[in-house]
Parts: sequence; C-alpha cells; structure tokens
Amino acid sequence: MRRQFPLALCFIAGLFMAVQYFIPHPTVQDMYERLLIWLQTLLAFAFLLGTVSLVRLHYHKIRHRADDRGYSWVTLLALCLMIGLGFFHSAHHAQGSPFDKMFQNVQVPIEATMFSLLAFYVASAAFRAFRARTLESTLLLVAACIVMLGRVPIGDMIHSSIPAATRWILEVPNLAAKRGIMIGVGLGMMATSLKIILGIERAWMGGGD
Amino acid sequence: MNIFERFMQIDRRWIFLAIGIVVIIPFFFPLGLPVTVTEPVQNLYDALDEIPPNGQPLLLAIDYAPATLPELEPMSLALLRHAFSNDINVAVLTLHPAGYGLAERAMNQVAEEMGQVYGEDYCFLGFRPGLSAVILGLGVNIRNVYPEDAYGTSLNDIPMLDGIRNYDDIPLLITLAGWSAAEAWVLYAHQPYGQDVGAGVTAVMATDLYPFLDTGQLVGLLGGMRGAAEYEGLINHPDAGVRGMDSQSAVHILIIILIVLGNIAYFGARRKKREMERDAA
Repeated sequence: MRRQFPLALCFIAGLFMAVQYFIPHPTVQDMYERLLIWLQTLLAFAFLLGTVSLVRLHYHKIRHRADDRGYSWVTLLALCLMIGLGFFHSAHHAQGSPFDKMFQNVQVPIEATMFSLLAFYVASAAFRAFRARTLESTLLLVAACIVMLGRVPIGDMIHSSIPAATRWILEVPNLAAKRGIMIGVGLGMMATSLKIILGIERAWMGGGD
Repeated sequence: MNIFERFMQIDRRWIFLAIGIVVIIPFFFPLGLPVTVTEPVQNLYDALDEIPPNGQPLLLAIDYAPATLPELEPMSLALLRHAFSNDINVAVLTLHPAGYGLAERAMNQVAEEMGQVYGEDYCFLGFRPGLSAVILGLGVNIRNVYPEDAYGTSLNDIPMLDGIRNYDDIPLLITLAGWSAAEAWVLYAHQPYGQDVGAGVTAVMATDLYPFLDTGQLVGLLGGMRGAAEYEGLINHPDAGVRGMDSQSAVHILIIILIVLGNIAYFGARRKKREMERDAA
C-alpha cells in the first residue's frame, strides 16, 4: 500500500494534467485551477526544505570541526541575520530598510562582481586553450571571433559584412543545432513523463528502485 | 624554452590586468561607437509601442538575480521608460527570489524620474515560487496567484488592474531573465494561452532563444548589453547599455587578439620543437 498509493496518485494526477488540456468543460477547468493552486503551495515548501538542508549541512561541518568551517559560520550568520531583518523589522520591504540596505549594498555587488570575473577567466582561457588544432576547432574559433565582433559596434565599423555574418551564424547553423537539441530534449521529457505516470520509472519515490 | 613557449607560459595576471585596463579606460574616455538596431530589438520595440495608452497593462517579469544585473538592468530601465513615456500601464512581477529588490529598484527609479503614480500607472505584484505553476496560474486568473500586490493591497483595489483577469487582458508580456525563465514563459504562457511574449536575456543565453524568434513564439528579443544599448537608442535615452558598449567592444577585440597571439605562439612553438627533433635525429 505504501508503494501503490503514491503510484496511483501520480498516475491520476499525471493523466489529468495531460487530458485537461483537451477538455474545456468548466468542471475540469475548475479542478485544473485548484491543482495549480495546490502546486504553488507545495512548491513554496521547497524553500523551507532548502533552508533546512543548508542549515544541517553547515551545522554538520561546524560540529565536526571541518577545515573550512569558517565559511559555514559566515553562511549561517548571514542566513540568520537576513531572516532576522526580514521577520522582525516592521517595514522590511521598504526602500532603505536594513534588509533592503543589506541586499542592495552587500548581496548585489558581491554577486555582480562574481559574475563579472568571468570576463577575466574567459580571456585567460581563450589565450591558453582556443587552438586551431583540427578543422572542427578552427571552425569554432572562426565562428566565435565573427560573433564576438558582430555583437559589438566596432564590428560594424570594421566591415558591414561582419554583423550580417553574425546573424547568419546565429540564425542558420546555431538555429539548426538548437532545434535538434530541443526536439531531442522534448522527446526525452515526454518519454520520461510517460514512464513516471505509468509507474515504470520509480526513482522519484526514493528507496533506489 | 624558446620565445614562443615563454609567451605561452605568460602569467595570467598580465592578461587580467590588460582586461581590467580595457574595461575601465572607455568609461573615462568614451569612444561613442554608433549602435545599429537589429530586427529582434526593433520588433520588441514595435510590439510595446503598439499597446494602447492607459489601458490594458504591459506585464513585465523582472526575473533576474544580482549576478546578471549589469546586463539586464539597463534593459528594464529602458523598457519602463518607453512604456511610461507612452502612458502604458505596467504591472511588474518576479519569479526569482532575488528579483524582488531588483524589480523594486528599477521600477521606483523610473517611476520617480517620470512622475508615475503607484496603482494608477504601475504596480508591483511581488514574488511567487513555482515557476511553471505561477505562469500557468496567471493564465487562469491573476488573482489566484496574486490576491494582493507586494505591499498587501488587494488587486481589486488597484485601479489599473480593473477588469484585468488573465492573459486575455495582457497585450504583451516581457521577461528579463538570466536563467531558463524566458523559455518557461514561452512554454507555459505563449503555447497554452497564446500570450505575446518578448524577452531580454544575457548575451550567452540569447543563442538559446533564436529558435523561438524564428517560429514567432517570441515577438522580440534583447540579447545582452548590446540589446539594451539598441533599445536605449530607439527611445533616445542613452544610458548604461550604450556606455557599456565601448568597454565591451574593447574587451572583445582584446580577446580576439589574445586568441590570435596564442595560436601564433602555439604553432611557432610546435614548429621549433619539430625542427629541434629533426636536428637531433
């Protein structure tokens, strides 16, 4: 029963979500509306799960005196501070509140800086690893250089055909490859969904079967 | 070790320094490079421009996090300026937890700059978890997903949302995202409900969305800082996007030079090595 009930529930819910698309009857649409509200409620618990999991992981590191436990202290203290500012400050969402100040002046610059570092690593990696060793790598290298030039104004100034070549690369070979990948992914998703609905794929229930 | 091999072993900190210099210099000495407008950007501009003033609102999903803020915030500012200058009402929401503060920041900045009134000209619905469930839910009834706005006011008490029930009442939806949210809006808002969707994404993500442009599932696309710069040009309000174009041009040129130099050094070193092996034999 412990296995059959979730399998039956998954089968009914999965089948309903697939079939409701083709039945515009008000009763079916009402049920669909309710299911969507349930889904949003369920997904909100993912945040709670994530927070509990994060706390457990870092608590474990601190308790077992791991070498990098300093970072765990920072993570947990930052988490408690932001939760505290959010929960216990009456106007936490107002602009200029302590919560907002921490977000705008700490989190925003830190994250933006981390992402901006990519430019430095990309440049270094391009210098060391982007080699025209084979025909394929040469094609990739030439295409990358054309697209890099075509996506900035200086490309227009060097030659008017560079933006046109960039458009062609994006709209023909890139499009063909992306479509192939997307169709493959779509078919894979359909097959996996069917396997889950029909109870063939049961990994989602845990227990390793 | 010959000269080519020594060049290939160059300390990467020199490369970092060079990148830093070419990024910073254009901010002090702008080159003012002209930005031409591409078709996907023009299409998005036209779609927004066609929305009747003071009527059904533009739904703007600010789905980006601070990491992609430098590329995507110029887009949100440009889109809001365009909408407000045409008296188009804007309803803002976010599907990213970190997008809440960023949406407020962009919305309040432009609203203050252009004298817009909250509730009449724009409103902020806030964040809801559950990407696909939220997008599908908005197609049924916005009030099921957002009974209140971000500040606790019932949607029924917001004048600009009078008579706005679902996607049938939204002429255009634009998502600005640095993750898969743009694709999700196409899959769950355009496909089942026929909602017109436009997108603004980071430059690396733009290639993923070209198939949707080609099929008409996206009405237009802003790709990276270049997309923002083009849009700023269209609304005659050059800002961070246009400013960033000079730096981006310089960095791209530098990376291409580094690739060329790296290849020259690699092939030079390989030739030298072969010559030495031949001499030794």
